[in-house]
Amino acid sequence: MVTANSDLGYNTKVEGGVIVSQADAVINWIRTNSMWPMPMGLACCAIELMAVGGARFDIARFGAEVMRFSPRQADCMIVAGTVTYKMAPQVRRIYDQMAAPKWVIAMGACASSGGMYRSYATLQGVDRIVPVDVYVSGCPPRPEALLDALIKLQSKVKREPSASRLLSA
Amino acid sequence: MSADAVIALKAKFPQATDRASADHPAVNVPLADLVAALRYLRDEWAFDLLMDVTAIDWAEGASPRFTVVYHLLSSTRAGSYVRVAAPCAGTEAKPTAPSVVDVWPGANWHERECYDLMGVTFEGHPDLRRILMWDGYPYHPLRKEFPLAGIETDLPVADIAEATGTRVIAAPMAGGPFVASPGEVNLTEAEPRAKDESWADRTARPDQTPLRQMKD
Repeated sequence: MVTANSDLGYNTKVEGGVIVSQADAVINWIRTNSMWPMPMGLACCAIELMAVGGARFDIARFGAEVMRFSPRQADCMIVAGTVTYKMAPQVRRIYDQMAAPKWVIAMGACASSGGMYRSYATLQGVDRIVPVDVYVSGCPPRPEALLDALIKLQSKVKREPSASRLLSA
Repeated sequence: MSADAVIALKAKFPQATDRASADHPAVNVPLADLVAALRYLRDEWAFDLLMDVTAIDWAEGASPRFTVVYHLLSSTRAGSYVRVAAPCAGTEAKPTAPSVVDVWPGANWHERECYDLMGVTFEGHPDLRRILMWDGYPYHPLRKEFPLAGIETDLPVADIAEATGTRVIAAPMAGGPFVASPGEVNLTEAEPRAKDESWADRTARPDQTPLRQMKD
């Protein structure tokens, strides 16, 4: 970390190549800054998701630009769009195939609650089939809103007791 | 142009009658003449493009309950567009119509959609499966007796349904559905869910006590 006050930074001459920290802090620092998304683009929200990946909004600033289409390599599933009952089992299947630790962002009104689709064909919120960490409002949300959701998810992950979970797993 | 085709069609098939239509010419034919009439329009009047196959549900107890409608367009004769309608045979639960996949291969998916949503069985179709809803879904959702919110049933995949404990539910209508009456200016107020203020804790849901009273 680069700061104006160099005394607060890491100094090899003083500390001699050893950093003392908490396991939680290190693990969560790694996790928050390389949260690879699984882009579950199901409807128009996926267009905004693509904009977030582009240069103007640039999700790479938060270390989450590596969209992984293989669930094995993804950490955070972004459900962007309307989840129909026909698609719901596949969404859950892909969530099950993701390796832990894994998180879910419900992007937009449809993924969060079914949105305007109060109908026989639409799942009324993706939280009925997968646990959701962050909900994003909007139809579709602005790219900044998704970035905000990612930042919120990162601050949530930073508070997780990762080390004790790893030891108990 | 389209009108000429309809006049010629009526001369060739005497049982065909004019059908009320606000825009393009339309014609009623008996189900027995349907495929021959459509083939005649394709071969003699260059209606080479089948735009749509759909059906009308005339409500429960009506006879005939279902009418199939074919929308035809000519890609070579400008402005040629006709509709051909025929009452379905079969029972109310299982209406039938002949398939026209042999006439236009593009009818394949249109007829599957019509079967899926309205339950019209197209006889002679090579692969009559559901196309929008999943295989095994027990209803035909666009029929009049089917409620918009849907009917509770199981998720398509059994192990996922068991793992999540989720079912296909009747969607909460919250006083809806969204129907903006003609002349209603403020669409926010026309939206029924705008009247449901339980989310704002102003008015409690019937099974809830208000969490806090908002000051206006």
